[in-house]
Amino acid sequence: MSAVIDSHSDDHHHGPAKGITRWLYTTNHKDIGTLYLWFSFLMLFLGGAMAMVIRAELFEPGSQIVSPEFYNQMLTNHGLIMVFGAVMPAFVGLANWIIPMQIGAPDMALPRMNNLSFWILPVAFGILISTFFMEGGGPNFGWTFYAPLSTTYAPPTVTFFIFAVHIMGASSIMGSINIITTILNMRAPGMTFMKMPLFTWTWLITAYLLIAVMPVLAGAVTMMLMDIHFGTSFFNAAGGGDPVLFQHIFWFFGHPEVYIMILPAFGIVSHIIETFSRKPIFGYTSMVYAIASIALLSFIVWAHHMFTVGMPIAGELFFMYTTMLIAIPTGVKVFNWLSTMFKGSISFETPMLFSIAFVALFTIGGLSGLMLAIAPADFQYHDTYFVVAHFHYVLVPGAIFGIIAGVYYWLPKWTGNMYDEVLGKTHFWMSFISVNITFFPMHFVGLAGMPRRIPDYALQFADFNMVISIGAFIFGLTQLLFLFVILKSIFAGKQATTKVWEGAKGLEWTVASPAPYHTFETPPEVK
Amino acid sequence: MSDQSSYFVPASSRLPIWMAFGLMLFVLGAGYTINDLDKPDSNSYWILIAAFAVIFSVFFFWFGEVIKENDKGMYSDQLNRSFVMGMQWFIFSEVMFFFAFFLALGYVRVFAVPWLGGEGEKAIANMLWPEFEATWPVMQTPDQSLFQGPKENMNFPGFANVGHWLPFWNTLCLITSSGTITIAEHGLKKGNRTSFKFWMVMTLILGFTFVYLQGLEYYEAYDHMGLTLGAGIYGTTFFLLTGFHGFHVCMGAIILTIMTIRGFRGAFTKEDHFGLAAGSWYWHFVDVVWILLVLVVYVF
Repeated sequence: MSAVIDSHSDDHHHGPAKGITRWLYTTNHKDIGTLYLWFSFLMLFLGGAMAMVIRAELFEPGSQIVSPEFYNQMLTNHGLIMVFGAVMPAFVGLANWIIPMQIGAPDMALPRMNNLSFWILPVAFGILISTFFMEGGGPNFGWTFYAPLSTTYAPPTVTFFIFAVHIMGASSIMGSINIITTILNMRAPGMTFMKMPLFTWTWLITAYLLIAVMPVLAGAVTMMLMDIHFGTSFFNAAGGGDPVLFQHIFWFFGHPEVYIMILPAFGIVSHIIETFSRKPIFGYTSMVYAIASIALLSFIVWAHHMFTVGMPIAGELFFMYTTMLIAIPTGVKVFNWLSTMFKGSISFETPMLFSIAFVALFTIGGLSGLMLAIAPADFQYHDTYFVVAHFHYVLVPGAIFGIIAGVYYWLPKWTGNMYDEVLGKTHFWMSFISVNITFFPMHFVGLAGMPRRIPDYALQFADFNMVISIGAFIFGLTQLLFLFVILKSIFAGKQATTKVWEGAKGLEWTVASPAPYHTFETPPEVK
Repeated sequence: MSDQSSYFVPASSRLPIWMAFGLMLFVLGAGYTINDLDKPDSNSYWILIAAFAVIFSVFFFWFGEVIKENDKGMYSDQLNRSFVMGMQWFIFSEVMFFFAFFLALGYVRVFAVPWLGGEGEKAIANMLWPEFEATWPVMQTPDQSLFQGPKENMNFPGFANVGHWLPFWNTLCLITSSGTITIAEHGLKKGNRTSFKFWMVMTLILGFTFVYLQGLEYYEAYDHMGLTLGAGIYGTTFFLLTGFHGFHVCMGAIILTIMTIRGFRGAFTKEDHFGLAAGSWYWHFVDVVWILLVLVVYVF
């Protein structure tokens, strides 16, 4: 045995290093999970602040606070930051913290790469945000960056945007390779695939989706780069290309991407509902098959985002039918959650409240999705606030409520202290009410014809927009309460037990609270 | 050895944060360099050079550390399986990257160009440039003043002239090199290091010949055939597909060069040669992409 090995294994059994280098050099899945979660929280507030600017501008008709150019930048970056900076890193953070503990692994499979996939995220977003201070301003072409808005008519900073997207993609791909390898290779003896916790299952499939589609996004932005700077004509019909090609490539990435942002939430909510219903999840096997079906279908529905672009009728029909098929596995999941709660001995702690709200409100978002899936009807809804209402219902009370529920659920395991239940419930009810005030009226103004992405609107939409803005301000402020609850639980609170929740099941509830720096260095036996 | 039974988790590492720093320099350097392409006095490319220096140094030390740890026996079979899976999923991500470009080519050939030429369900697109006729390769672009179409193309010239057709020799090189690297690996596994070294060198010769011929082809395209990046959609898809493939061949050739040097210096054993195996999978992957590429870019 050499001295080097000794020093390694010494460090290995001690706690974390001291100071800032702990975070810079760490290879520990819990540290990296924490970094991801704080980063995504920061991005949530940054993207949220941009949403506040948008809602302030739309508070009344007419041009109020910001110029239309700046409004476009806010709108674009709100979307980009929320999708790539808030929701995705939050899920990766939860995966880092929870998956090794759920499957009884000592750490992630490739710990150094794990550190790298986190630390390039601040690089990517630092560069993206720095474009605001460059000549020409930040990206202003919408988060979907359709060509030619993002090529011929883009500000010069689009080059930095392109490379920032490349780096975000590299981060996601490395993170996903790590997660998929961890799940496939590091499960404790006896943990067969069909004994795996559902959060781990959803992440296995999510990671597969990420590795499959992030490179396609990289291809799309590379084509943009070539079109802008090197004279190619991918998206320029004058050279024989087609701007619609951009939309096809983007949405081939984009549709699996929206499932990437919801599948892990399905997993979290499944755990929480079984815990607080004190019943095993109803239809575990069907849950697994439903997730897999949703993931596979996500590859053949992309053009429902572009029904009005001028596709052949056969394409419209194909994408309409495949899109509707997705309702079947999604319905299986929703009814499994309801069946789990049925005749359960339910208690309504904060994570459970957020999860029940998730089931109800995500279903609203799913049903408006079905309305949008009907190609002829979509010609009416396309690019209106109805679409905005739809995807915010699946992303805010969907993905974000799922993340918040997960944070409340596992917070005692992370900090060792129970969070303040009264404050947590206050946070829930304020969020639940304000999220509906914000997004429900968007259905009405959308159906009445208010277009999305416009800094001004016709007078008849004024009242509803004021209501929406007030709801948004309340929702935004409420999230400061969430920050306070988390900080309070880090520094104070009732000592959490090992099991934390009466009905909790799974390996992560067999380790102490707070979870020791290293867990499962010898794998547990799963029966 | 010490840690064979448990999974080795490095305590902490300075390497990733340096790599993140290198990537930050890369983005800034590449961004400024590309934005300054029309400014000849710009010196932003120095950031790019610094970025490459940092990135390659980190690669050097990172792989060096992994090799040292492996030599000390710190890696269990389970950890080696992680490397194998990691590499396989990485190659899958590369497959999907190429998929985007093949998708673009397919869409353009099946839908966009015929519609612009007035064929098919969306033939109304022809009203933009009524003179435009759909052919593949597109020799006359819809707007010749913006995108001057190529004078000649790279298509398969028929079996009589195949000897003068560079892609034929490229294909020969690459397919043969997939064979030679397999022989080299077999040699290593059987303990025949002479055979291993010889066939690795052969693989490298074939690989670099491919890169040379590809360079020659680009030179001819630009110099004699009027086939450039700006020559409309044919030049666009031709250069981007063959270019990214060529870039991957270069990466593969660099990986295999390093593996060959390590082989000459006595690295790798019969059972333990993951670096070489990973490089070889990567090489087979660029070979498969090339075969698809020859079919859809050059032949059909």
